Amino acid sequence: MPIDILMPALSPTMTEGNLAKWVKKEGDAVKAGDVLCEIETDKATMEVEAVEEGTLGKIIVAEGTQGVKVNAVIALLLEEGESADALGKATAPKPAPAPENPKTEPAKAEAPKEAVPAPKAAAVEHGERLFATPLARRMAEQAGVDLAGVTGSGPNGRIVKADIEAAAGKTKQAAAPATAAASSEAPKTAPTAAAPAAAALTKDRVVALAGNIPYTEIPNTSMRKVIAKRLTEAKQTVPHFYLTVDCEIDQLLKVRAELNGRGDGHKISVNDFVIRASALALKKVPAANASWSDDVILQWNQVDIAVAVAIEGGLITPIIKQAEGKGLGTISSEMRDLGARAKAGKLKLEEFQGGTFSISNLGMFGIKEFSAVINPPHGAILAVGAGEQRPVVKNGALAIATVMSCTLSVDHRVVDGAVGAAFLKAFKGLIEDPLSMLL
Amino acid sequence: MAEQNFDLIVVGGGPGGYVAAIRAAQLKMNVALVEREHLGGICLNWGCIPTKALLRTSEINHLLNHLDAFGFKAENVSFDIAKIVDRSRKVAAQLSGGVKHLLKKNKVTVFDGTGTLDGVAGGNRKIKVEKDGKPVADLTAKNVILATGARARQAPGMEGDGKLIWTYKDAMVPKALPKSLLVVGSGAIGIEFASFYHNLGVDVTVVEMMDRVLPVEDEEISAFARKSFEKQGLKIRTSATVKDIKKAADSVTATIETQGKTESITVDRVIVAIGIVGNVENIGLEGTRIKVEKTHVVVDGHLFTGEPGVYAIGDMVGPPWLAHKASHEGIIAVETIAGMKTHAMDVTNIPGCTYCMPQVASVGLTEAKAKAAGHEVKVGRFPYIGNGKAIAMGETEGMIKTVFDAKTGELLGAHMIGAEVTELIQGYVIAKNLETTEAELMETIFAHPTLSEMMHESVLDAYGRAIHF
Repeated sequence: MPIDILMPALSPTMTEGNLAKWVKKEGDAVKAGDVLCEIETDKATMEVEAVEEGTLGKIIVAEGTQGVKVNAVIALLLEEGESADALGKATAPKPAPAPENPKTEPAKAEAPKEAVPAPKAAAVEHGERLFATPLARRMAEQAGVDLAGVTGSGPNGRIVKADIEAAAGKTKQAAAPATAAASSEAPKTAPTAAAPAAAALTKDRVVALAGNIPYTEIPNTSMRKVIAKRLTEAKQTVPHFYLTVDCEIDQLLKVRAELNGRGDGHKISVNDFVIRASALALKKVPAANASWSDDVILQWNQVDIAVAVAIEGGLITPIIKQAEGKGLGTISSEMRDLGARAKAGKLKLEEFQGGTFSISNLGMFGIKEFSAVINPPHGAILAVGAGEQRPVVKNGALAIATVMSCTLSVDHRVVDGAVGAAFLKAFKGLIEDPLSMLL
Repeated sequence: MAEQNFDLIVVGGGPGGYVAAIRAAQLKMNVALVEREHLGGICLNWGCIPTKALLRTSEINHLLNHLDAFGFKAENVSFDIAKIVDRSRKVAAQLSGGVKHLLKKNKVTVFDGTGTLDGVAGGNRKIKVEKDGKPVADLTAKNVILATGARARQAPGMEGDGKLIWTYKDAMVPKALPKSLLVVGSGAIGIEFASFYHNLGVDVTVVEMMDRVLPVEDEEISAFARKSFEKQGLKIRTSATVKDIKKAADSVTATIETQGKTESITVDRVIVAIGIVGNVENIGLEGTRIKVEKTHVVVDGHLFTGEPGVYAIGDMVGPPWLAHKASHEGIIAVETIAGMKTHAMDVTNIPGCTYCMPQVASVGLTEAKAKAAGHEVKVGRFPYIGNGKAIAMGETEGMIKTVFDAKTGELLGAHMIGAEVTELIQGYVIAKNLETTEAELMETIFAHPTLSEMMHESVLDAYGRAIHF
């Protein structure tokens, strides 16, 4: 089976890009790390590298094509020994799993995931081109040095051989602190400050940092790698801030018990109420139902709520679409269905890709409160804690109430403090007065 | 005498000094240049340029002697050595005039005289300029660049006398062509003169102390060159030394010892080209922190001498003794003084060219040096006989050799011998300076039909992919 090469997402907010140039031609042998093509967004031009070895079988999206959707198949790579005949058997361009969402089907997950060419992480961050000599690029790859962390000493900051040698040397030093003393003598002719070490987290380095204690290796699945990459990127590129509110849920629990006691098969969870309340609050405060793009802020006309579900080896975020128009019963049954199929690895792509807002609930584990990492392009994520009895002050006297703390993580580029607060106020109002959710 | 203040004083107007002065002027410095003899220095007046004019003559002579191969016929071809020398001097004069113009255009103030470091005053360096023992000017500047160059090394008992025993200067302006010549030393200078005189019909013997000619070049290139020279009729003695010199009225008898065997030859003239020594005397280094080792001033990667405000560049700071190295050092020194970010000179990126016949050019590490430095290497070779343009030109003698690091694909060195390699080498120098690997060189399209195609093929050959051989 030829491997699909997909349009990569160069940044969390990227949905489409232009295919600027094919570096490889059809029929060219491709090694892992070879530059296949150049992708252009409004922010930057990036090289797309091959992750797998083979022959470039067919170019599907021609050079110069504008507005290629992320994850569209742009070319087919023939594996070693595979003839061009296999191209015919390859399915027509099909949407492939988005790199930002963990896979649901572990068996199939590996192959297409790894075929997603990894854009050079380095240049993504600030939307700048990364300048490095071919030799420096190759040496960095061989030494496991991330070019993004290397300061170039060549003309116009170009990363040259000497910078990689310095960075690789530093990585080694970090792994073996004992040798640090010996290498304290700075090179005499180096006029500029040495490049900061590109801290590649190699296994050896981490083991050394931990003090060489015994360990068991757990392979990084593709899902794990995606989680690591996406969340690191989110936390580094999205300016998070956090707002916490306490909601009393005694009323809500009462209504819930009533609804569930009617014997019509409904088994509505507290989380279903949270989804419904979030959807209605977002409808009320649409400024919080928005995503950042470099050109404009996109305020969504519908509320699609992604709900984090823990699954074997990671997590996935199935989506309740147009939740603002769905009643508790619908939300509840949809959520139960999505959750079950998520755990079984049977979600369809469109069921976990997208969303405008997310919810992560750790209440069932007794967590009082926490802050979650925003899942781009969402503008916010609500972290829901456990409902527990706490002393509260009512009318100047101590009383007992069941309180649930919720923390909203907000992308400050899209949502300011006052807007976040307005959303939480609306949310709290709905949660504390559940009958208003019926309106 | 009133002191004249500048931002920078450059002592020496050779390819190091005048380039430094112009670069400094570009950077808005007020610059003084002190030159005792000729603007353009040895390179322009007594080195690179006039010798190239002479070598062009010998190339033409070579062609004239092979006209038959191209279908021409000419009889009674002859030359006038005086005219040949005159042309060479005119070329040098023209270029020296050009340098004068460039300095004027850049508003560099030129002082005719010898510049000497003369202490410090008020945080400024002082330079005393004298001509024939008489004071010319007292200059001050925050920074000084010394670029006084070098001169031929003299061998005891074979000191140049301008008559029988020549240095490069005498060899460039012969009044008459000798019938026979002994060239001592087979570095670039020795071999270029040997080749020039041999091509004009002189019986030339070369004596080299090392075990091969052009000892700084790759062993294979040295061996190729020797074979080629000997085929042309040059006599070559390696691992050999001149034991004794006896001068007669118009000839010299030299005793040469070659690996224990002695022979005695009588020649009209002797050219001594056994290296050079730095011009470090009488420029006021005494009493400063400037250190001199093996006749060369010691500097750091940015040409700083250790003495506040004093930099030194070019031949006076050591090998390779090449004009383009001096010029580049001049740029580094000036930009360092200007507070710009500069890089230390990487000697493996300096090309070297020898204008003998066939020409020799190289950059980077030889195969042996690459191995000695711990590289596992991939070596590519391509012969001129496999190249269409070379055959069409009637220049089928030569080869291009490339040395790569097997692991990283770094181009470690390139070594060439054959027609026009001195023009070709720059392709590899650019590649090396940009730190390309074999991959980029392989993917580069080389024009057909050119000699440069061999540069491509040599790279391909290193990876077992040569197409035409």
